[in-house]
Amino acid sequence: MELRLESVSFDYPAGPRALDAVDLVVRGGETVAVIGANGSGKTTLLRHLNGLLRPAAGRVLLDGADGSSMTVARMAMCVGLAFQDPDAQIFAARVSEEVGFGARNAGASGRHLEAIVAQALDDVGLRGSLDTHPGDLGTSARKLLTIAAVLAMRTPIVALDEPTVGLDASAMARIETLIRSLAAEGRSVLAVSHDLRFVAETFSRVVLLDGGRVALDGPPEDVFDEAAWPRLRASGLEPPPAARLGARLGLGSTPTDAALLVAWQRTSGV
Amino acid sequence: MRERRCTAAVVLSLRGGSYRYPGAALDSLQDVSLELPEGSITGLLGAAESGLSTLCLVLGGLAPRVIGGELRGTLSIDGQDVREWPMHRLSESVVLSVGQPAGQLSMVAATVYEEVAFGPANLGLPRGEVMARTEQALDRLAITGLAGRDPRRLSGGQQQLVVLAGLLAMRPRHLILDGPVSHLDAGTTERVLGTLLDMAAAGAGVLVAERRTTPLLGISSNVVVMAAGRVRAVGSAEAVLADPALLALGIEEPPVLRTRRLLAEAGLGLDHEDLR
Repeated sequence: MELRLESVSFDYPAGPRALDAVDLVVRGGETVAVIGANGSGKTTLLRHLNGLLRPAAGRVLLDGADGSSMTVARMAMCVGLAFQDPDAQIFAARVSEEVGFGARNAGASGRHLEAIVAQALDDVGLRGSLDTHPGDLGTSARKLLTIAAVLAMRTPIVALDEPTVGLDASAMARIETLIRSLAAEGRSVLAVSHDLRFVAETFSRVVLLDGGRVALDGPPEDVFDEAAWPRLRASGLEPPPAARLGARLGLGSTPTDAALLVAWQRTSGV
Repeated sequence: MRERRCTAAVVLSLRGGSYRYPGAALDSLQDVSLELPEGSITGLLGAAESGLSTLCLVLGGLAPRVIGGELRGTLSIDGQDVREWPMHRLSESVVLSVGQPAGQLSMVAATVYEEVAFGPANLGLPRGEVMARTEQALDRLAITGLAGRDPRRLSGGQQQLVVLAGLLAMRPRHLILDGPVSHLDAGTTERVLGTLLDMAAAGAGVLVAERRTTPLLGISSNVVVMAAGRVRAVGSAEAVLADPALLALGIEEPPVLRTRRLLAEAGLGLDHEDLR
């Protein structure tokens, strides 16, 4: 499914302009990380994708259909959104009910629903906690639970707000794998993150927001290239360690550990 | 009024601490002993379900006082058992931030200014003092520009800064911070960590709990590693963070060290010549 934002602007009451004429096209199978300083409009952007917020000006289009003529419920069948704060999303008294809620609303029932719920919990590494009360889960598991609930909706577009906050190393590795496999299925992923190592390692495209505007938009090799560092730093961001080391060694743009290894192997002739 | 006494560093200390949540079948903390001296930053590291957040709740006095459950062992400040202290007395010495900033807003303040003033105002300080502390805390975290905004309508990162400013305005001797930079960009993270270093230099005892290793690299003199509700390792940040045993406990290898290790494993060891 193609997601298209055409000159989308949004203002919060008594706040500054949160989005300012944002143009963005995301095609099926693309993985897009949205980065930027605190308060740059990242979460506001995600909330437009399923209609939780409506543009003050401009349009959000899903496969060419104008979102302004669609209800949130209908948009949510296309775009699943996991909130930044899991406690703002979780409402059910059982993990199985939390994860099954969206899928049930999408029409799944019985064995099929059970299978979807089990698969989603498996994908985030929460197998075996079906009957647990979400409040009895730790910080990391609650975050994973909200991601599972979105996966279970099987939407063509998956939007994740700060998916790695509160996660430990193994959960983070699982999320990286998950995002790549969603893309391999032709689904697209948009995620907001401050963790630029995670961003560089996981996403095919990076969008930098600054003051509600798109300041950079390109693959990690371009956005984390030394030439773009002044722009990143003007937004209070630091390029990932591999990119900094690669530049220091004169290897060009090496946003990931793998890129750094390959580039250095080539120059040192090992 | 706090008694003035001639003492060496004042220590917040938990000895033999075991804690069980209400209704839980097992202890979430088992025999944890930890000292938080004034004038330093202690890092607390652990994977999911390691007991990190629970330990913060215990040290901050919320568990069992507010949450319920059962704490065995002793929690003391300067040798005085604080478990029976009323919350208002404890909060003159120890403040706590929890993982999700939105959950910590007072929900009674219409503006960021009032939100930050909420703590010192509840200490019963004179109005002028409350205002001075509030403005200084806002300035320190560079969020004076948000003073008139509704705290409930800020971004997650901005809310995290507002919560921290509220704690700074309390001028506590001990800060227990669970993931204080989790929602912050790199520049803002640096400002917050710099502020914590300043506070430690001025005598505060700070505990920073993290699931990520990077924020602890430059600030912690001492790092405590938790796993399955127990303390697994204690030592200098350099020694603990460079220990490969961390990975086995589900803890992130610091990305800088990871990159160096991968290069070394590929036979591409770095020396200083390369970095000229």
